[in-house]
Amino acid sequence: MAGISTKSARILVFSTEKISDPAIDMAGLLKLHYPPTVYTISVPCSSGIKPAWILHAFEKGFDGVFIAADGSDCTYGESCTVKTGRLVSMTHEIMKEKKLEPARLRMAAICSVCSEAFVKQIKSFNQYLLQMTQS
Amino acid sequence: MNRKLGVYICHCGGNISDYVDVEKVKAAVEHDEGVFLARTTMFACSDATQKEMVEDINANQLDGIVVASCSPKLHLTTFRAVAERAGLNKYNYVHANIREQVSWAHSDNKTGATEKAIHLVKSAIARVRLAESLDPITIPSRKAVAVIGAGISGMRAAIELADMGCPVTLIEREHFVGGRVAQWDLLFTTDQTGKELVTRLYDDIAKRSNIRLLTGAEVIENTGNIGDFTLKVKVTPRYINERCDEGNLQRAIDACPVEVPDDFNFNITTRKAIYHNFPSEYPQYPVIDIKNCTRCGECEKVCGSIDFSQQEKTVEVKAGSVLMATGFDPYNPSEGEFGYLQFDNVVTLPQFKRIIDMCEEKLTFRGKDIHNIAYIYCVGSRQVEAGASSAGGSATDRYEEASRDISGENRYCSRYCCTSVIHSAIETKKRFRAVNNYHFTRGIRTYGKQELLYNESLKMGDIYLQSYENDPPSVIRENGKTTVRINDIMTAGKEISVNADLIVLVTGMVPRSDNRIASLFKLPKGRDNFFNEIHMKLRPVETVIDGVTICGACQGPKNITESVNSSLSAATKSFSYVSKGELELEPIIARVDAALCTWCGKCMEACPFDAVKKVVDGGKEIAAINNSVCKGCGMCLPVCPVNAIDLVAYSDQEMETMINALAEDIK
Repeated sequence: MAGISTKSARILVFSTEKISDPAIDMAGLLKLHYPPTVYTISVPCSSGIKPAWILHAFEKGFDGVFIAADGSDCTYGESCTVKTGRLVSMTHEIMKEKKLEPARLRMAAICSVCSEAFVKQIKSFNQYLLQMTQS
Repeated sequence: MNRKLGVYICHCGGNISDYVDVEKVKAAVEHDEGVFLARTTMFACSDATQKEMVEDINANQLDGIVVASCSPKLHLTTFRAVAERAGLNKYNYVHANIREQVSWAHSDNKTGATEKAIHLVKSAIARVRLAESLDPITIPSRKAVAVIGAGISGMRAAIELADMGCPVTLIEREHFVGGRVAQWDLLFTTDQTGKELVTRLYDDIAKRSNIRLLTGAEVIENTGNIGDFTLKVKVTPRYINERCDEGNLQRAIDACPVEVPDDFNFNITTRKAIYHNFPSEYPQYPVIDIKNCTRCGECEKVCGSIDFSQQEKTVEVKAGSVLMATGFDPYNPSEGEFGYLQFDNVVTLPQFKRIIDMCEEKLTFRGKDIHNIAYIYCVGSRQVEAGASSAGGSATDRYEEASRDISGENRYCSRYCCTSVIHSAIETKKRFRAVNNYHFTRGIRTYGKQELLYNESLKMGDIYLQSYENDPPSVIRENGKTTVRINDIMTAGKEISVNADLIVLVTGMVPRSDNRIASLFKLPKGRDNFFNEIHMKLRPVETVIDGVTICGACQGPKNITESVNSSLSAATKSFSYVSKGELELEPIIARVDAALCTWCGKCMEACPFDAVKKVVDGGKEIAAINNSVCKGCGMCLPVCPVNAIDLVAYSDQEMETMINALAEDIK
């Protein structure tokens, strides 16, 4: 947990260009604040995130990784939800093998207008990660 | 690999630099590997800065640029065009969003915001160092537009699209076209009536064979994307045959025993279960309101055109773009708000407009003659936070009571109501004798030409009073008389009372209470809860949902002229999505490393578009991607057991280098 701020955890968000990116942008527009140590990388679809990228983020010192998934709104098809869930489960297994707490990877469906849901999820994840580092 | 980079960090006026120390960001990145020049700029999107970027790229032979400014949703295309004008492949430009995701999201923490901005710019630099030159791919786009809402905006947009040669399906939930405008009588500035305007537009639509109008039609499902939307539309029958005999139909209406509140007249009158709103209304034959019809059979006895065998049907509409023109609801005051529903002579502005339309020689309401009319402005608009209106500590009971009337969520000005009420007041005075108008305002906003109307009203002797912001007028009933009382700014706070025969609450616009269409299309809403455009000036009719445009009052309060202007703009934008019959898409597709692939078939199973096929390459079975079918979702990436698939622009190297930059500790 290198470089953790005392106030907020360092969280990498994988968001999607068409669905969750607009929600995260709108959170800013609505001045819904969340910790500034939350960084977003956009991908086309949440079901295309490689576990290796997530593990790389932990390796580099991120406290948590949050997947702002497309959910049922995915423009690439309904299978996105299942496939994103599958890759998260797969990554959780690898994390267990690597002695990483699986709860440090969290996923939630964030629709294009779910700004408040995003901020709520991120704040709660931040709290969880901070508590985890203190215990 | 790009080695000579230009980095531009935008102030966005103060939108970014008020919270992010842009000079510090520049200092933190200007010595990064490959950065040849780094600049801050007041507006990166300005013509001057764009020219400067082109000159920089050409003069210094830059092979990559990073722009750190607002959301790429706004300006990605702007800066890609800059790159292209400078002869640079547009995929050698990378964007960093330091406004929506930094300065605005973290306006409460300037240090944190600046550090985050540095990380994001460093990450963009890391990415652009690896960026490749790419060519866009094209997909077919269906040359058709679905326009939802046949009010003034939707009708005008449909005509415009049809005249550009585009087939249009115009979908109206109600059984009659015209929306709110059909409910208005004389309009400023043309002096034609709303009904005449709607009739003219309907006639224009009827003349165009490439407009298909569906009334009583509601969109119930939306699938697909830009270029290829498929809408399922539920069409409710009228239960009346199209070629009906008008005389018999009138007898059927007369025979109907059911009476329900009439929405068209804002519930101040009633209508039958078989009805039309006004005689010449379009489409020109009535409808049976099946929800309220008791199926008593009285209408069938006198009219052979009644046909209860008609069935609801579902129609499929295919379109390359969807234009949303779903309009607004008038604000509905709560019980007791300025005496509404508490006193029988308190009405809203839309109700008043219907009253003056329905009265002929004398102005009457509920059987009483009307002479003194009090108009209370800004009801439901420019509201203040509950409690804020009575801040000051010296509130009396009356004061607190009145202050509650301006509390609420609607902070915005509804724009049209000042003009609309002044116009209605003038028309009332012209049409009926001995009418006195008293306007209880919060300041008049008759902008532009509408100021002429205000001037005319003053000349006609209307009385204008203005309340203090935290002290709205109050409505009191004493001894059978209704009085409006105000502490008037114009007379230095003097308390003035007016006995009014009719009190008109000048109500504004609110978003449609029925939100199903927004949910179907996942349309974002702004702080005012109306549909939100990407940018009010730069992309005023586009939404973040590609291919869906918005116009008219569903986007925010607008008068008719403004609504029509926006509808023309939205029509042009929607047409631009479908006019060429194809759309350029990002060349972001999967690619297989033939050396690593051992063909297990998992990528083929994961692909929802059948873009992966097995091929034999040099005697070895491997996966191959069909570039024209691959949509670039990346679903095949995580399932590959040997990591043999990458997505263009999202390679492991690019992703990891970005993550490294974000994880870096800032000195």
